[in-house]
Amino acid sequence: MSTDDSLEALYRETILDHNRSPRNRGQLPDATATVGLLNPTCGDQIRLDVKVVDQRVVDIRFTGHGCAISMASASMMTEAVKGKTVEEALGLARDFKRFLTGERPQHDLGELEALSGVSRYPSRVKCATLAHNALEQALSGSPPNPAGDA
Amino acid sequence: MTATLASCKRDFPILGREVHGHPLVYLDSAATAQKPRAVLEAVRRYYEQSNANVHRSVHTLADEATALYEGARQKVAAFIGAERPEEVVFTRGTTEGLNFVARGWAARHLKPGDEVVTSPMEHHSNLIPWQQVCRQTGARLRFIELSPDGTIDLQSAARVIGPKTRLVALSALSNVLGTINPIAAIAEMAHAVGAVMVVDGAQSVPHQVTRVQELGADFLAFSGHKMCGPTGIGVLWGRMERLEEMDPILYGGEMIAYVSRDAATWAAVPAKFEGGTPNIAGAVGLGAAVDYLTAIGMEAIEAHDRRLGELAYRRLASVPGVTVYGPPAPRGGLVAFNLAGIHPHDVAQVFDAHGVAIRAGHHCCQPLMQWLDVGSTARASFYLYNDESDIDRLVEAVEATKRYFGQ
Repeated sequence: MSTDDSLEALYRETILDHNRSPRNRGQLPDATATVGLLNPTCGDQIRLDVKVVDQRVVDIRFTGHGCAISMASASMMTEAVKGKTVEEALGLARDFKRFLTGERPQHDLGELEALSGVSRYPSRVKCATLAHNALEQALSGSPPNPAGDA
Repeated sequence: MTATLASCKRDFPILGREVHGHPLVYLDSAATAQKPRAVLEAVRRYYEQSNANVHRSVHTLADEATALYEGARQKVAAFIGAERPEEVVFTRGTTEGLNFVARGWAARHLKPGDEVVTSPMEHHSNLIPWQQVCRQTGARLRFIELSPDGTIDLQSAARVIGPKTRLVALSALSNVLGTINPIAAIAEMAHAVGAVMVVDGAQSVPHQVTRVQELGADFLAFSGHKMCGPTGIGVLWGRMERLEEMDPILYGGEMIAYVSRDAATWAAVPAKFEGGTPNIAGAVGLGAAVDYLTAIGMEAIEAHDRRLGELAYRRLASVPGVTVYGPPAPRGGLVAFNLAGIHPHDVAQVFDAHGVAIRAGHHCCQPLMQWLDVGSTARASFYLYNDESDIDRLVEAVEATKRYFGQ
């Protein structure tokens, strides 16, 4: 693969855009759940604030620092799950993690599909799943299944 | 083997390969060095001609294997200026060597109230063993503070090293800051209070002339794979009297003198520390690496690596948006840096797409990252096979990364 091809496969324009202008960045003073996660291999950190009302994710914000993949993935995830039921959001997180190991997603992942190139870079899968692991933990109240951590 | 610095690159087969359509520029030797043909062939020859277990059988192959293994010990001893080859203990690497000292020496000698002194720039392998042994023995872990430029603050060292100090552990060359630490001066302070000086030589032994007598160390741990040898082989050197007062770590075959049903006595140093079948091929490869580095000349390699490190520091520092860490000079042949607004993992990924291999992360130095107030950094590190054209490619990759992320 040439320089450009290898970079395009990983950093789609959507990802660069979310990295430059992250959506839903910040904290929620009235969050119903807050989760902080750390990726010990690279030091990436995320704090996810979720507000759940009547089993629905009515608001979600994140802060943290990390690579373009982890920050864009967090930004896209917050957009994808806002307004969804807890069950739908958990399904999306699990589906996304399967998608990164090369499986076909069961649902439409929307913009998150721009992260498909990550599956070819095993060292970056943990970056892309950090926010999704935080989401699972926030919504289920327990640490995510490590088997799904890829 | 060409055995000159200027043409040594051709001795390393891997450096002829391409990555993403570009000739590979390998700038990650601080993580692991590439291997010259001489090392690869020594290992192959050993397996093809002489493979046998050492110190056990009387057949020809066993004699040859033992001679090769002990020959490697003698080569390493000469390479670091050890008085006796028996002071060279083969280990898996620096981490194992430092753990051996923590568990075999420190756990036996430390008492509650004693102090162990280290610095905030240490690799986790020269920190966590001391944290653990302090926890077990009730000793206290103390830190020599750093000056703002990332060098050891000698006044802080003089304050921290005192009558309660039993052990001082310091790296000779920082794997992040590139700082060359004043080991001899610190060792003098340690010895003045009766403490033992432990030196992490993972980054220094491959890149600097090492004379253990002048260094002032009581223990020196280093890894074979960072000095052109195979992975899985390393060295713990210690003064004989210190090694003799140290407990073995691995009990079993090869490390005993006499065994009854209920008890055993230990073999002499170094066999006492080499329980089990050792990494014979690794030692043979390390011996070949020592021969290779010696033929080129460690003085020349040291000057070359420092020059590249200092040049890379200046060139990177002059690029807008680049932050470099540690002292400008003197420094070892590595530079940690960050690009404003771009995460080091993304930097390393774009570099890779340009065929430039660097490291990104916390470099197993989380307390140092906290001191620098960064999450992680990129790091370019150099060795004998790098030259100025590699620094050109490094700077080009920096510019390409800035363009790519629109900075």
